[in-house]
Amino acid sequence: MTAVLDTAPAEPKSPAAPGRGRLVLTRLLAARGATAGAVIVLLLFLLAFAGPYLTPWDYATPNYTAIRQPPSAEHWFGTNGIGQDVFAQTVRGLQKSLVIGLLVALLSTLLAGLVGACAGYFGGWADRALMFLVDLLLIFPSFLIIAIVSPKLKGAGWLAFVLLLALFNWMITARVVRSMTLSLREREFVRAARYMGVAPFRIILRHILPNVSSFLIIDATVTVGGAVMSETALSYFGFGVRPPDVSLGTLLAAGTDQAPVFPWLFYFAAGLLVLFVLAINLIGDGLRDALDPTSDRSTP
Amino acid sequence: MSASLLEVSDLTVDFGAVPAVRGVDLAVRRGETLGIVGESGSGKSVTALAVLGLLPRAAAVGGSVRLDGRELVGLPDKELARIRGSRIAMVFQDPLSAFTPVYRIGDQIVEALRIHRPQGRAAARRRAAELLDLVGIPAPERALDSFPHEFSGGMRQRAMIAMAIANDPDILLADEPTTALDVTIQAQVLDVLRTAQRETGAALVLVSHDLGVIAGMADRVAVMYAGRVVETAPVDELFARPRHPYTLGLIGAVPRLDGRGGPLVPIPGTPPAPGTVTGCPFAARCPLVEDRCRTAEPALTGDDGHLAACVRAGELAARAPRPEEVYPVPPVPPAGRPGEEILRVTGLVKTFPVLKGTVFKRRVGTVHAVDGVDLAIRRGETLGLVGESGSGKSTTLYELLALTRPEAGRIDLLGRDTAGLDRAGTRELRRAVQIVFQDPMASLDPRMPVGDIIAEPLRAQAAPRAQIDRRIPQLLRQVGLEPAHASRYPHQFSGGQRQRISIARALAVEPELLVLDEPVSALDVSIQAGVLNLLQRLKAELGLAYLFVSHDLSVIRHLADRVSVMYLGHTVEAGTVESVFESPRHPYTRALLSAVPLPDPVAERARTRILLAGDPPSPRERPSGCPFRARCQVHALLDDARRARCEQEVPLPQAAAPGVDHLAACHYPDA
Repeated sequence: MTAVLDTAPAEPKSPAAPGRGRLVLTRLLAARGATAGAVIVLLLFLLAFAGPYLTPWDYATPNYTAIRQPPSAEHWFGTNGIGQDVFAQTVRGLQKSLVIGLLVALLSTLLAGLVGACAGYFGGWADRALMFLVDLLLIFPSFLIIAIVSPKLKGAGWLAFVLLLALFNWMITARVVRSMTLSLREREFVRAARYMGVAPFRIILRHILPNVSSFLIIDATVTVGGAVMSETALSYFGFGVRPPDVSLGTLLAAGTDQAPVFPWLFYFAAGLLVLFVLAINLIGDGLRDALDPTSDRSTP
Repeated sequence: MSASLLEVSDLTVDFGAVPAVRGVDLAVRRGETLGIVGESGSGKSVTALAVLGLLPRAAAVGGSVRLDGRELVGLPDKELARIRGSRIAMVFQDPLSAFTPVYRIGDQIVEALRIHRPQGRAAARRRAAELLDLVGIPAPERALDSFPHEFSGGMRQRAMIAMAIANDPDILLADEPTTALDVTIQAQVLDVLRTAQRETGAALVLVSHDLGVIAGMADRVAVMYAGRVVETAPVDELFARPRHPYTLGLIGAVPRLDGRGGPLVPIPGTPPAPGTVTGCPFAARCPLVEDRCRTAEPALTGDDGHLAACVRAGELAARAPRPEEVYPVPPVPPAGRPGEEILRVTGLVKTFPVLKGTVFKRRVGTVHAVDGVDLAIRRGETLGLVGESGSGKSTTLYELLALTRPEAGRIDLLGRDTAGLDRAGTRELRRAVQIVFQDPMASLDPRMPVGDIIAEPLRAQAAPRAQIDRRIPQLLRQVGLEPAHASRYPHQFSGGQRQRISIARALAVEPELLVLDEPVSALDVSIQAGVLNLLQRLKAELGLAYLFVSHDLSVIRHLADRVSVMYLGHTVEAGTVESVFESPRHPYTRALLSAVPLPDPVAERARTRILLAGDPPSPRERPSGCPFRARCQVHALLDDARRARCEQEVPLPQAAAPGVDHLAACHYPDA
């Protein structure tokens, strides 16, 4: 350790050391599970957006000559009670659910991370105000509010719906992030950064959030599945995605009671949802391991 | 050789496939003190626990431990329980966790007494009070009814010793009994251990990493490395003529309070991971290594009680070299002359409110953490800030680094008053002053690669990217690491290397003042020496000024140019290192210096020790007059008229003679 003492180096131009972003990316790409997950999600998107062009059938048009047909060469996933093509419906629903699930998870986790970290890091009035907001949103009956607001948002489309779902989904996560931040704030590396003159928001981005990332990632992967399902519940009551438009959630809700007799009405949609959540979990695990340097023994 | 009381032979302990202790032989005779010394991970504590059969079930213990000829290894737990506490008693490192927090101290000692010798509760309680009195706890009757948390660390350790000697054990096992304590308290506790040993006639096995403690206490010493005893000898013999290169390096690595011993000897590298080495485990770090060292592990051999596990032990015994003759010592360039003053603190005060109540908080008291501190540092100079825990050293540092208006007093950094800083001024000072923390694991973000960690202060100063990329490899090389290390994460480094990363980060923006908060106290001595040498070299090369905070006076003596001693938030003495260490004026400084053990048994025995009474008072109380008077050895001997002055008047720092850089805040210095 003491051998290298020359301090005036005529050093050859050594390549700059890779920063954290590059290292995490390399580790992520090296993780087989994460790659598999990403491929599955990509394929699902491909299926969702290219699928409608593969079939001559429309998701909304009923065909009274073919009611409750089992899967065949003509109707790949069969047809439902009014003769709509289940494949066309499933890919249409997949479009909605993929986007809703991913966006809701992303938005609510981001919001939870930021609010929780800010409340925990700044403390004092910022903490009190933000936690008041969190508690307020927690005691609001979110379902009711969404039900009341969603007719007004009819024109705004699914994006507004995503925002609403995200808005009522982040509070508990934010509370956990806050308490994690409270202990992180006292750690010496955060204090060191402060004494170096690093700005507070940079400290949150560079030190606090990466150190709570394991929790946030797990939370986000759970939220993806949860968002698809809560969208279902809302759709079931007639809010959110409305007929004749479909989502995986509405398809599942409609197919549940008929699953024993007409399995194609339920299992195709259910299978795709499971595959989607599974793929997200794989990506989440890979990302978590990539961000946590102690997660494996091999060095990148 | 008289018959041994405790005989450990070929003791092995494995945790799964990982060997922690690999064949240890020890013998303890009645009434003697055996010191076991080694760095962290050397297996010394595991050895002590294995003797008592206190290891977790996952540990496989082999070999033999005989107490008076009776085999202890493999004895059922019930039988062992009868021996523990009555024949072999243990004093643990952390007395807070060794006492059950919900029972009174008295009840716990009474329990220990009655388990082994059935007796009436009242009789046991009387005996417990006697024991507490013996270990020097004031008002023992009242102390019996106290809970562990009501005791200070030193008091708890005394009570622990009282409990250990309750049943007149034949052997006292003390595992790092003073590591968590301040030096003046350490001196008290070591004294109590000596008393306890004298009263019970027990043999003492003292496990410690501190060569000074071992030198002062032990009759014989066993040095452990990588799970084995590598050298064992009578204490004088071991320190005067070590036969194992590791022992030699260890002795050379310790900074000494008396200033002798020359440059520190760093032992290169780190101990091997257990179970990975064939041959001598020290071979990779040894300057005297030969080819045969790497093939077979040498046995522990020697004559007249001085054994060493080294193939070249005979050579070392014959030549008796000094550590720096064997180990390569990096040259430390001479430091330049100190320049202009860059930091001046006058009358700094910081208080914390003590609040009570959950809903409505009301102030019930005030902690005077810093209560009048004066400091001054010139460019290129090292100021050592010394004090025991609770003296306000760290608070002083954090007040400095806050860069705001202090509660009272004034801080001038680089000629700027921190009370009136604008944005640009704050930014400039954030560059000029950098800090290195005590625990290098906690102060480096575990999720950031080393390159990013070092780049952080540069980014905070908005340095251009090209400059950052150029600077990182340069900095890593400067602190003795490799540029390729930039893409690794902190957990992949050893403690010493992590502290080097911390230092590299602090140096990144070319600061003028480096604040070092106990930078080596979390490191083993052999590693510590390397870091201290690095600090000295950097100071000489870069003309840095250091504010070096430490509780370890030997380190301060080794590194600092000037020293400032703190007690209870006050600066009690300040001056050049030579003047303060050679002729301390304040009674506290004198007591502090005499409490520090020297790693030299001969010098250690020759010293007279000033033992301070009691513990430092709580900073919540603010005594009138001199804050030190309750414990002061000088105050106790004064006549009433002169005592009154100590009680009424706060002593102000006064120079020894006009123009001399040696202040002491005492009414009767040099008394």
